[in-house]
Amino acid sequence: MSDKMAEVVPNAVHQSRMDKKTSFKLSTTDKFISVVIYTLFSLFAFACVYPFYSIIINTISANDISARGDVVFFPKHIHFQNYVDVFKIPGLGTAAMVSLGRTVIGTSLTVGASAFLGFMFTQEDMWGRKFWYRFTIITMFFNAGIIPWYLTMRSLHLTNNFLAYVLPTIVAPFFIILVKTFVESTPKELQQAAGIDGAGIMTLFFKIILPISKPILATVAIFAAVDQWNSFQDTLLLVTESKLYSLQFILYNYINQASSLSTMVNLQNAGSTTMASLATKQTTTSIRMTVTIIVVAPILLIYPIFQRFFVKGIMIGAVKG
Amino acid sequence: MVENQVKIDQLLQVIKNTFGMSGLNLLFSWLPMVFAIFLTEIKAVRFRKFIQTVTTLPNFISWVLVYSLAFSMFSSEGIVNGMLRQLGMTDSPVLFLQNSDHVWLTMWLWTTWKALGWSAILYIAAIMGIDDSLYEAAHVDGATRMQVIRHVVLPSMLPTYFVLLMLQIASFLNNGLEQYFVFQNAFNKDSIQVLDLYVYNLAMGGGSYSVSVAISMLKSLISVVLLFSVNGLSKMLRGESIV
Repeated sequence: MSDKMAEVVPNAVHQSRMDKKTSFKLSTTDKFISVVIYTLFSLFAFACVYPFYSIIINTISANDISARGDVVFFPKHIHFQNYVDVFKIPGLGTAAMVSLGRTVIGTSLTVGASAFLGFMFTQEDMWGRKFWYRFTIITMFFNAGIIPWYLTMRSLHLTNNFLAYVLPTIVAPFFIILVKTFVESTPKELQQAAGIDGAGIMTLFFKIILPISKPILATVAIFAAVDQWNSFQDTLLLVTESKLYSLQFILYNYINQASSLSTMVNLQNAGSTTMASLATKQTTTSIRMTVTIIVVAPILLIYPIFQRFFVKGIMIGAVKG
Repeated sequence: MVENQVKIDQLLQVIKNTFGMSGLNLLFSWLPMVFAIFLTEIKAVRFRKFIQTVTTLPNFISWVLVYSLAFSMFSSEGIVNGMLRQLGMTDSPVLFLQNSDHVWLTMWLWTTWKALGWSAILYIAAIMGIDDSLYEAAHVDGATRMQVIRHVVLPSMLPTYFVLLMLQIASFLNNGLEQYFVFQNAFNKDSIQVLDLYVYNLAMGGGSYSVSVAISMLKSLISVVLLFSVNGLSKMLRGESIV
């Protein structure tokens, strides 16, 4: 029967479902379908995980072997020199700071604005509420395209400016919808009671709405942070100064020109007394893969922790919105 | 621009690419729904959770990272070529990424790889919302699993599907820039340039801002028209609309 009940009411329903299962006999077609489903899903899951796994084992294998593409299932001759060497690449540290900075600042601004606007759009006495709400939402569906966007940003002097990373993302319609839907689903009496006790709109927002909206705000924060971390297009269009390059942009450049980088790193190492052996000597492949892992690592680390959380959060927004 | 035959041919090719790749995505837009239906059919809770977790992961990495993974797997010294060599299947490396023959298909595959698990979440939410009495009624009537799917689950999902389909049709011309930008190279340039990428290359490479802006604006206009047409059509055929 329906699986979903088992999730909502774990004990009672799950029990009855199990009972029913024993009393039913699966037909041959059902069994066949099951086998097909399990196989297909396993294959797809493998395709989703294997690229990450293979790059990780390649970065810790001997570089001369991995450069030939010979590390397939298990790492060979494990070493961690790649991670030490890659941090010697000039510019990578700055890019990491830019990426980190925009993620932290951009996310805080986006979450704050989404929370406040989402809350305001639920207040019926807000001035011009319907108009402003539509005004915000309409930008989700209609935009003029990247070139008009670029020209606007240029005329606002946001080229080669750190603000270009954090300002345009502040009002994010989708997040506002999520928060608005969530606030609407909370009991109105809570706000009314506070209002009777003399709470103004700001007290209402900070003392009542913010604390109860934590789940949805966490979801928004995760999405915003991932967006900020992954963002590539704004650097590509707006930034020419290398001190403002983000990690994603640096990685893209490395994929295209990693051979010169590996020469540089090897030269730097050759200057020291220990000669790099063939296994730890940097190759095009090793540099590219190591930087990839460094860029993807934050996502891989936070993803398992927050996965269940944001799936729930998006469902809140999806079902009712 | 209009009087230049070469540019017209180029633009036609770009439109063809846009239609081809958006068309492929539209053609397989039911995949997330089927994915969700069969995923919820899996009885082993742990396995199901594992699959769901793992398949949504690619959605959270950028196209640059996808390209980096693709490069590591499929370039001439990549892992797939290494595997093929070890198995003795090829002498010279297969150049997957420089191939211009199946670009539409490979781009569709990458999109699907990245987005399938994530798009399914919405449908999973819809399945969770199905009234339990429907399942029970189907069971009392002696329905098999496939019959339950066909007569209970599928009809409940179609409204969600149609709404998403309409939005997808409205953004038919907006393929986005990043994916095609990172995957483009000298070999596949002709068959990978969609309108968004073309507009970018035109403006940033050639400095023709006015033409680019004109194309982008036209594109938005067509999107609006498309949205209202499908909306009207759906109102006429199904009595429901989104706008």
